[in-house]
Amino acid sequence: MFRSALGKTLGFVGYTIQYGCVAHCAFEYIGEFVACSGPSMEPTITSHDVVFSERLSRHLCRIENGDIVIAKSPFDPHMNICKRVIGLEGDKVCTSGPSDIFKTHQYVPKGHVWLEGDNLRNSTDSRSYGPVPYALIRGRVCLKLWPLHHVGAINQSPTGRVVKRSD
Amino acid sequence: MAQQAGAGRRYIRAFVSGFFVAVPVTVTVLDRFAYVARVEGASMQPSLNPEGNVTGSDVVLLNRWSVRNYQVRRGDIVSVLSPKNPQQKIIKRVIALEGDFIKTLGYKNRYLRVPDGHFWIEGDHHGHSLDSNSFGPVSLGLVHGRASHIIWPPNRWQRIEPSLPPERKPLLNWHGDTTEEED
Repeated sequence: MFRSALGKTLGFVGYTIQYGCVAHCAFEYIGEFVACSGPSMEPTITSHDVVFSERLSRHLCRIENGDIVIAKSPFDPHMNICKRVIGLEGDKVCTSGPSDIFKTHQYVPKGHVWLEGDNLRNSTDSRSYGPVPYALIRGRVCLKLWPLHHVGAINQSPTGRVVKRSD
Repeated sequence: MAQQAGAGRRYIRAFVSGFFVAVPVTVTVLDRFAYVARVEGASMQPSLNPEGNVTGSDVVLLNRWSVRNYQVRRGDIVSVLSPKNPQQKIIKRVIALEGDFIKTLGYKNRYLRVPDGHFWIEGDHHGHSLDSNSFGPVSLGLVHGRASHIIWPPNRWQRIEPSLPPERKPLLNWHGDTTEEED
């Protein structure tokens, strides 16, 4: 009697560990669901939208200009930011806002990316804290899942600030 | 014959199910709890690889559980995802945490306050190390693990204690919390 209870408990613990590990691998290497908040990505992603972020292209270094990514904030690792990749390493990006008179440009250093929100007036992004290390990127947003009438792929950048690459 | 085929099939099935248990468990343990890495290069001499590559390089155990909340202490040896190359991990000593005011060794600013969410790392072998003195403060989100033990070669098996070179102490702490964290 005691022995069967012990066996059942051990079996349950084993299954819990196994499925926990499978879940960890799925979230870490395939993708995760993220609820976004904040105005910085309007109108592409509004507050309380749920998106699916896939991790594979980050691990394979396939992030490209124009992708929307989830990254750890460089100033608070507990917080995640959701921004659009404007330029990869070596690209020349415009570091001033759209209404500034003097345009300033900068090359993105090696191993970094330039992130900007789609809502240029209300977004804290690389224009204020500079380029972000590539390794802080967690995943690429590929699908919008909520609200239901907007399910599907993510729109292109409405600002036209993404650096075009010739290659 | 039929019995043999049945045994073979049973064997394959057991192998596949064992595979599907072992791989996720291993990956999770390596990601969450402990990671084993070989130290290359001379940047951490004399703490790690004291004789260069003469006797082979050291293997360290990286504790990933203790950095899950991005808590590092001054003097710890940590592995960090390189800000220059996301594929590479570097292993350095933590010199200063956010808010500390330090004197740099050859960075563009001679004195610097480490910004929020960042820390300052240096190799023990000054001049032979690519560290914060070349790329600046590093974001805490890049921390990968804390080196807790040297596990190879066996005659160097030891625990790594945090130790900060006295001349590299921060000059001033902006937040005013001068009390050191106790173990």
